[in-house]
Amino acid sequence: MRKQHVSSSVWAPPQLSMRWWPVFLRNMLVWRKLALPSLVGNIAEPLMWLVAFGYGLGALVGEVSTGGQQVSYILFLASGSICMSAMNAASFEALYSAFSRMHMQKTWDGIMNAPVRLDDVVMAEMLWAAYKALFTVTAILGVMLVLGISHSWKLLLAWPVLWLVGVTFSCIALIFNAMAKGYDFFTYYFTLFLTPMMFLSGIYFPRTQLPDWLQRVTDFLPLTAAVELVRPMFLDQWPSNVAGNLSLLVGVSGVAFWVALALTRKRFRA
Amino acid sequence: MTYLLNVQNLEKSFGTNKVVDDLSFQISAGECLGVIGPNGAGKTTTLRMCLGLTTPDAGSITFFDTLSMPDEAMAIKARLGVVSQMDTLDPDFTAEENLMVYGRYFGMKDRDIKARIAPLLEFGALTSKAKAKPGELSGGMMLDEPTTGLDPQARHLMWERLQMLMQEGKSILLTTHFMDEAERLCDRLLVIDHGKKIAEGKPRDLIAQHLEPDVVELYGQGALALADEDSPLRQHAARVEISGETVFFYTAQAQPLLMALQSWPHVRSLHRPANLEDLFLKLTGRQIRENA
Repeated sequence: MRKQHVSSSVWAPPQLSMRWWPVFLRNMLVWRKLALPSLVGNIAEPLMWLVAFGYGLGALVGEVSTGGQQVSYILFLASGSICMSAMNAASFEALYSAFSRMHMQKTWDGIMNAPVRLDDVVMAEMLWAAYKALFTVTAILGVMLVLGISHSWKLLLAWPVLWLVGVTFSCIALIFNAMAKGYDFFTYYFTLFLTPMMFLSGIYFPRTQLPDWLQRVTDFLPLTAAVELVRPMFLDQWPSNVAGNLSLLVGVSGVAFWVALALTRKRFRA
Repeated sequence: MTYLLNVQNLEKSFGTNKVVDDLSFQISAGECLGVIGPNGAGKTTTLRMCLGLTTPDAGSITFFDTLSMPDEAMAIKARLGVVSQMDTLDPDFTAEENLMVYGRYFGMKDRDIKARIAPLLEFGALTSKAKAKPGELSGGMMLDEPTTGLDPQARHLMWERLQMLMQEGKSILLTTHFMDEAERLCDRLLVIDHGKKIAEGKPRDLIAQHLEPDVVELYGQGALALADEDSPLRQHAARVEISGETVFFYTAQAQPLLMALQSWPHVRSLHRPANLEDLFLKLTGRQIRENA
């Protein structure tokens, strides 16, 4: 009797179970031991940017016009940079830390010797990176509240949106994680993708400053969608294109997760 | 249960390179099967296929007579312990935390894991490298060079514990480069090279089948000349091999050879019974393999 195997396609739909949860807990347990230094790193840098640019540059810039309203530069910057912090926290975790676990320490191999599927491991890494983003964002929001930058109760709704931003960028980062041969590869992603997006998504200056054609392009950046959703809530307003921006974030997350999973399956099949 | 694991006509290629070629073997309940072979022989790929981490091109892998890999991978792995070549334990965790974290991967409740941590740590004598987690499992174990890098004390402890588990009826698949380990632990051996099975049987039977019972090793000044075709020692040996500066005389009767040797007092000799290492080298050759 001879049985031929046809490997199921790497593009098969995700096969998920609740076994992602112990993997998530595993990351949480490691991180708990390093939480304090990582907390300082996660919030100190964005706050330094905020203080230096917000108060320093803000004194020169004065007020910025956004959504037909004049707002102080520090409020403008804070409401955008919180999205960037979510993006960065998720990206670092889903690139450098996930790659350490996947490739350097072979933690994933150890996990998959137990009854846990690769799909669940990738899901756990994605949700873990999004959790890290949420944690960072929460800490920064807390400091912003103390500094009195915004007191809108709508920030409570900005919070789950920022988690979704973390999800989106975790999913994208996991694509690059799946393709990486070493840590150096991630420099391309940061330099060629994240950094330009940071400047083009209306975080430091309104996108109206950009040439018209470039504005049209930046409409489709996930970070733009994040800023468009979160900034009005800082100003105690409602975002205008909620459905469009939310579906952009959800859509990008879905597609990116699928691609990331396929590439990771391919990597582990070899 | 007839077989813990039944592998039939397994095949796997990477590109044009056939790494596993029509390989079949079985492990019975409570049996320890050793898989030995040079680097790149296909041991790790075979193991990875048995664990569902790589899909075979052809062939079947059946566990516990009914569950087939990779379709029922989760049900199989729930009853399987794995110790891999590379230590995949979390360096950030204590032994206790590692047990907790691994227990959760098996879907166990925290309360149930906690109850087993103390006996397990005792079982493993807390040796952090000898990952003694198999005790929590009923079924079998896959050990991929588990004692590589361990000191002799830890190796002996590992052997002792593995023998205890076998007495409890656990089956073991072990790959190793240590022939003393294979001979000590394994009921049966599978020798593979270039992805093919080249020998299978009990360690002592394999040695008796393929080798002369005695080996006389000669080295030192003038040793190499004694391997020449016209050397007077040749008539006492069934087979002569040269490796570097050492000559190996394989013989059924060592005494006449040793007597004749007394005419060459400068040549140093070692007389010993043939062992598994001789068998391995005979079957797979003495040349060094590129690392796979």
